[in-house]
This record gives sequence, structure tokens and C-alpha cells, in this order.
Amino acid sequence: MTLLPAILTQLLHLALMLALAPVLVGVVRWLKARLMGRQGANPLQPWRDLRKLLRKQPLLAENASVVSLATPYAALGATAAAAALVPGFAHGMLLAPMADLILIAGLLALARFALALAAMDVGTAFGDLGAAREMSFAAFAEPAFVLAVLAFAILAGTTNLDAIGTLLQDGMVGLRVTLGLALLALLAVALAENGRLPVDNPATHLELTMVHEAMLLEASGRQLALWEMQGALRLILWLSLLAALFFPFGTAPAEAGPLAWLLGLLAWVIKLGALAVALAVFESLIAKMRVFRVPEFLGAALLLALLGAVFLFLSTGLA
Amino acid sequence: MTVALAFLLLGLLLLAPLGALAGRGARVVHGGGIAASAGFALLAGAGLVLGDGGVLLLPIGPPWAPLTLALDGLSAWFLLLLGLVGAACGLYAWVHEAAAPPRRLVPYPLFLAGMALTLLAADGFTLLLGFEMMSLASWVLLAAQQGEAERAAARLYLGFALFGAACLIPAVGLLAGLTGDLSFAGMRAAPPQGWAAAVVMALVLLGAGSKAGLVPLHGWLPIAHPVAPSHVSALMSGAMTKVALYVVARLALDLGGPAQPLGWGVPLLVLGAASALLGALRATQETDSKTLLACSTIENIGFVAMAFGLSAVLRAADLGPLAALAAGAGLLHALGHALFKTLLFLAAGEVQHGAGSRQLDRLGGLIHAMPAVALCALVGAAAAAALPPLAGFAGEWLLLQALLSAWRVGALGLQVLVAACTAVAALSAALGAAAMLRLWGLTFLGRPRTPRTLGAQDADPVSSVALLGLAGLVVVVGLLPGALLALGAPAVAQISGHGGVAEASIWLVGPSAAGSGYRPLALAIVLVLLLIGLVTLVRHVSPRPAARGPIWDGGFIAPPAHLPFGDPATQASAAGFAQPLRRMLGGPLLAAREAVRRPPPGGPEPARLESGFHDPVLPALLRPLLRLRDALAIAAERLRDLTIRQFLGLSFGTLVLLLALLAWLGAGAAR
Repeated sequence: MTLLPAILTQLLHLALMLALAPVLVGVVRWLKARLMGRQGANPLQPWRDLRKLLRKQPLLAENASVVSLATPYAALGATAAAAALVPGFAHGMLLAPMADLILIAGLLALARFALALAAMDVGTAFGDLGAAREMSFAAFAEPAFVLAVLAFAILAGTTNLDAIGTLLQDGMVGLRVTLGLALLALLAVALAENGRLPVDNPATHLELTMVHEAMLLEASGRQLALWEMQGALRLILWLSLLAALFFPFGTAPAEAGPLAWLLGLLAWVIKLGALAVALAVFESLIAKMRVFRVPEFLGAALLLALLGAVFLFLSTGLA
Repeated sequence: MTVALAFLLLGLLLLAPLGALAGRGARVVHGGGIAASAGFALLAGAGLVLGDGGVLLLPIGPPWAPLTLALDGLSAWFLLLLGLVGAACGLYAWVHEAAAPPRRLVPYPLFLAGMALTLLAADGFTLLLGFEMMSLASWVLLAAQQGEAERAAARLYLGFALFGAACLIPAVGLLAGLTGDLSFAGMRAAPPQGWAAAVVMALVLLGAGSKAGLVPLHGWLPIAHPVAPSHVSALMSGAMTKVALYVVARLALDLGGPAQPLGWGVPLLVLGAASALLGALRATQETDSKTLLACSTIENIGFVAMAFGLSAVLRAADLGPLAALAAGAGLLHALGHALFKTLLFLAAGEVQHGAGSRQLDRLGGLIHAMPAVALCALVGAAAAAALPPLAGFAGEWLLLQALLSAWRVGALGLQVLVAACTAVAALSAALGAAAMLRLWGLTFLGRPRTPRTLGAQDADPVSSVALLGLAGLVVVVGLLPGALLALGAPAVAQISGHGGVAEASIWLVGPSAAGSGYRPLALAIVLVLLLIGLVTLVRHVSPRPAARGPIWDGGFIAPPAHLPFGDPATQASAAGFAQPLRRMLGGPLLAAREAVRRPPPGGPEPARLESGFHDPVLPALLRPLLRLRDALAIAAERLRDLTIRQFLGLSFGTLVLLLALLAWLGAGAAR
């Protein structure tokens, strides 16, 4: 019986993703605060904020349409579906055959589209500005992502994340220049997709410098809670994706039983923690770049990914 | 079955004169058009299920052979698409063209019949006949529009149509070869070799590519498509470009495709990538909704052309299953694009009818006045933005899978080229998403940009049926790509020379059993379950109903009373929303410029921001032609000043030259 563990791990994985997402955001904020010499809020603070927002009465603009009401659900649903596909503590979950990297990008694009629609709903300058910039950044992030996927498609012969992860974990691929280049490219894409420094400042209070936050200015109450949750889920999704591709050790096969799952969970949490520390340190060291420098940043990621693919072409051609 | 199709064609031809009837002509023509289109769709579906119907000889034709019709897999796939698009356009026209003048009614059935004849042709002559009938009928539809810009668009269109014909006719001649056998069976038996194959590819690309809107011959499309009435725009963008792609697939890949060298499909791949990028980028910049949609058509045609070109490359490299995957991607995207682009054009027509404009800067907030149109257009826009689980994503997923597997070809140059094409495809898809967001958001969301928008009315029930039907079909194609490709396996086999996509069933479509698969139905189930769970949970924890208040807008003060929709300057304009991409990518590709003109120090006039863009390709093509025309005119002018002796000498010289030519040809024939 492999179906039962597959279902169990899948449900457990989704529940863990949802539960840990706000905590991860809180941890990054706390780490950044400590690095800057501040006390920092409790890492559980995002959960408290979510609870507060859910209790509050939402306030909608007079001319808000059904788009403002429906898009947070659509975006969070799509992000949760993508999060269910990215392996966390276990391989071979129920939805593993669906865990295609292009599909994950598509689901994130769906969430982004919903967010931009919500931003444009009531017709404000900030919302429109944020939506236009977000979609423009995505236009540069997606080719870099797909070229990084190309490297894995060549190495593993598939674009299925679960299969790639298993293959890398078995050490079939080894250490390669291409993997390093793909890591750099995916890191840049992850920063842009999550609206982190240097592309966007997640903690800014100045509307003109906002991209992601500018789109949420009109949201309140449970709508804002859903958007916050979506952002947190996207961050944990990306960090898990990077962990699954570049630090594939320790992940448990689904059939291995609860003890192995526990070890896998430990490995996953350690990997997430390490990435969170790296993110906090990086964000503390770097300044936000001008909006029109972002294409250069993501263009460099694109070129690195292309270079990685060319390295692979050359090495497979020689072999 | 082919006989029934021939009768449908005949019926459409007979319908044309009825359009000249006063009064009831319009209903007769459009009713007949709907019936014929529905018949095409049904018979094409039956043809896909039942298989090949054999060749039907018609009792008419040129002196050397009868016209022939046949419904094979490739024809049936495109005929299905034409039937669905035609039926929806007919429903729209039933409502909005009830009082159209005969000059708009007579060519309409001929346009439909021309497209169907091209698709059903079983020999080169019938194919060209249908293609030219389609070109001319659509030109008449354009020329029937009033206004100087419209006339200029029609003239430009006619020029490109003539150019296309001048390229396609020799291409068919070369395919027929020395035997002169114009039937497809005869051409397939002797595919072109060597230089002839290269010339065929070039001529087909120029001839059919100019009709499909492949870069660099795309310049007429954003000018001509928006000029026509919306249902004709929809037919031109949704169906006619696909007919042109069918001609590419039929002549170049099916008839000329076997045993070609590796580089043979590369031009198609490269031109497809260029079209995808340029079309998508222009779509993010245009401010007229129908021009924007026409540019998005260039983008999607580019995707299909990429898929077909990749299929040819993979076939030449003897990678049959991957060639089939690429061909399936092209076919599926062609079908999906036909449906969602028709939907979007018809919705743009409804908006133009209801809100009085197709300029994005004069629309806004229409979701309140036109909810049904807004919903249907959202489905179309999301599909065009390649969002899962709709039709656009399925096609682009398959295309990306084919591109990601194409490194197996082995030649380093080709691998790098395909990697670059992969990046361009992803970039174009993301740009397309930005363009569709801008189109839908500026039209239906936000505040009204003109008071006229407030008087908008939702679509008439009959055209709502057309829009809802198309939206449903977009969802169905998105959810069942595997089943559709299993049905279209004969068409895939004709293009790629390999029998069907490896993994194609109701649940799954994918490149191979070992590779990654796309499971749209399962994805839809997961999404629906997650949404239900989410909504129930949030209802439970947060039950308080929402209150309404004024727009927060970052704390800006409320607008004065004389601005009932707020300050228009605090909402993005069409050009403003496009500004980030114009500055990031527009410079090199669209000759975009942006400059602030400041008054001299102390001057009282305001500073002005000047920005804009233009597509440099069409002027670059037309300028040499204009120069050539002027040069010829000057040369002809010079003839007028000749003396009588010089005139006589000229005539005598021409006579001697012709006689010498005759003698040379006669000698060649005698030998």
C-alpha cells in the first residue's frame, strides 16, 4: 500500500506549509531586526496579525467589484496548489506526478494575475503602478526561470520536480558548474518573485517605492489577511523549491514511515532556517535598486542560466 | 461526408447573392453562415473520429483536371476550428449586423466558403483557388468600410494578399515538380529535394506567412484586422490566420516535409520566435483594444509557427515522439488561440457597441455595466495570458516541453538556438500576460474614464450565448488537451511523420512515459477542492460582512464635487500602464522614445513629456518599394521626351529581342 502514505504525506505537507509560512516570514523579520540591532517582534507575530485581520470587519471601496472579493481566494488557492506540489519533508506525495516546474510557474503566474487584477479594481494610481511594475518584472523573471529549468531538464531528463529531487538526492548528477549557475539564476528570480530586496522592499512605508505592497493598499480585513497569507506561502514555496533542487539531502520517501518523515521534517526545517538566515543577511547588506535597474538584474540571471545550459551542451557533446 | 461538405460549400456560394436582397438579406446570410459553420464543425468532428473519407472529384474545375476535396486529419482539425469560430461570429453578426448593407453581406459567405475550400482542398489548384477567394472576399469586406484610414488599410491588405499569391503559386508549382501532378497524393510521393526544398520553404513562408502575420510581413495585420466589423475581425484573427498556418503545415511540413535536412525547419522556428516577441511587446503598448488583440494574434501565430518549425527540426533529427509533441503543441495552440481570440474580439465588439469606444483611454469600470461580457472576456484574457488550467496554458506547456527536450538534437548551434528560443517563448508568454491584464483591467476595472461609459449596456442575449459558448469551449480545451490530441493524432502524424503524441489521454498529456506530464483535470479538481476548503474556512473564522467606504488611495484627499469619477489623472492611462515595459524593452525593439521637454528658464509654459513608439518593420519594407515606384515613374517620364527616331528604334529593338527569344526557345524545343 503506497497510496495511504502518499495521501498522508500530502495532507501533512500542505498543513505544514500553511502553518509554517507566516512563521517563516516572522523569522526573517526577527533575524533582520536582530542584525540591525533591534529587539525584533516575536516570530509568531505574523500569525497574530492574521488572526487580528480575520476578526476585523473588511472595508471595501465604494466602486469595488466582485474582483476585489474573489481574487484573494483565487490567488491563495493557486499558491496553495503550487505549494502542495513542491516537496518539503517527503518525496512521492500524492500529487508528485503533477509537480511539474512549468506548472508551478503557471500557478504562480495565475496568483500574480489575480493580485494585479485586485490592484486595478478600484482605479488608484498606486494600484495601477504596482500592477504594471509587477507584470513587467515577471516578464524578465519567467525566461530566467525557464532557462534554469532547462538545465534540470537536461540533467534529469524531466521537468518533474519530484523526479528531479529524487535523482539529485541519489547523487546521480554530482556537483556541476551548471548547477551553480542555475542556483544564482533561481535566487535572483526568487528575490524578484517574492518582492524582496533589492527588487522591492517588503518593509517600506513609502508608497512610491512599493511594488507588491502598493497593490494591497485598498485591501483590508480578511482580504488583506488572505493576501498576507498568499505572500507568506509564496516565500516558503520558493525556499522549499530552492531546497529541493539544490540541497536535496535528507528528504524522506513517502513509504518510509513516520520516523523517516520526522527526520525529513528536521532536514526541511534546517534547510528553511538556513535559507531564511541567508535571506536576512543578504537583505541587511544590500540596498534597493531603482526600478529600471531590475531588468539588468534579472537579465543577468537569464544570461547565467543560458551559460549554464551552454556548459551542459558542451559537456554532453564532449562526453 | 465529403459530399455533405461539398454541399455546404455550394450552399455558402448560393448564399452570397441572397445578401443583396433588401431587408431580410442579413438574417438569411447570417443564419445560413451559422448553419454552415455548425455543419463544418460537426462534420469535422465526425471526420476526426471516423477517419479519412477519401478524395471527392467535383464536376467542375480547370481544363486539365477537376477540383478535388478531401477531409483528412489535418483538414478536419482546422475545419473544426473554422466551424466553431464561424458559428460564434455568425451569432454575433445575427445581432449586430441585422441591417448591414449588401456590400458587407455578399462577401461574408464567400469568405467562409474560401476558408473552408482551402482547408478541404485535395490538390494544389483547389487550395490556391480557396486561398485567393478567402483573400479577395476579406478584402471586399474591408473595402466596404467607410473612411480614409479604412480604405488605406484595405489597400495595404490587398497589396500583401497579392504578394502572398505571387509567392504561393510558384511554391505549389515547385511542389508539383516536373510531372505537373497537382494532387496532394502525387506531391507527397515526390517531395522536393535540395535547393527546390529550400525555395519551397522560403516561398511558403513568404506567401502564407504574410497572411498569417509572421514577422517581418506582419505590418498589415494590426492595421487591417481592427478596421473590419468585430465579427469579421474575429474571423480574420481567429480563423484566417489559422488557414494560413494550415497552408504552411500542409505545403511545407506534410507535402514537403519528409527527408529534409536538419536546418530546414529553422527559418520557421526563428520567424515564429521573432513574431511571438514582437507581437507580445506591441500588444503591451497599443492603446486601441482591437489593435492590441491583433498584435496578440501575431504573438500566438508566432508560438504556433515555432511549434511547427521545431517539429520539422526534430523530425529531421529522427526524434519522432518529440516531433509529434511539438506538432501537437502547435495544433492545440492554434485551436485554443482561435477560440479565445474570437471571444476577445467579439467582447471588444460588444464593448465598442455598448460603451462607444475601443480606445482603452475612453473605457474603464465596465464590469459594473457589462458583467456578462466582463466575465467572458476575463476567461478569454486569462487563457490568452497562458494561465492554468485554461486553453492557452495547455498549448504553451506542450511547446515549452518540446523546446526543453529539443537539446537531444545534438548539434551545438541548434541547441543554443533552441535555448534562446525557449527564453524568447517564456518572455513572450509573460509579456502576453501583461498585455492581457492591461487590456482587461483598463477596460473593465477602475473608474470610468469618460461619462459615456456609464451608459453602457450588457450584451444582447443571443450574442451572450456566443460569448458564453466560446468561454466554455476555452475551458474545455484547457481541461482536455490530451483527449483532443488523441483525437487529432492523424493531424499530428501528418505534420510530424510520427503517429501521435506519446502520452495523450483524458487525464494526461506529456512528452513520454518517463517525462513530466500535465494533468489539467486533476489540477482543476485540486484547485476547486482548495477553493472550497478556503472559502468555508474563511467564512467560519471571519463571518462579518464587508462595509463600504470611499477609496483609500494611500490617504489622498477626496476629489472635488465636479469630478464625479475622481481625478482622471490619478488613474493609469493606457500609455502610462505600458510605460515600464516601454522603457525596459521598447527602446531597441519598437523605437520607443521618451523625453521631457522643459521650457527655457523663466518661461511660463509647462514642461511636456513626449513618449511614443512605432513598429519599424513596415516602414522599412515599404520605403524601398516607394523609392522604386518613384524611380520607375521618373524613368517612364524620360520616355516621353524621346524623338521619333528613338521611338522607332526602341520598338524595332524590342521586336528583334522578342524574335530572338522565340528562336532560342524554338531551338530548345526542337532539340
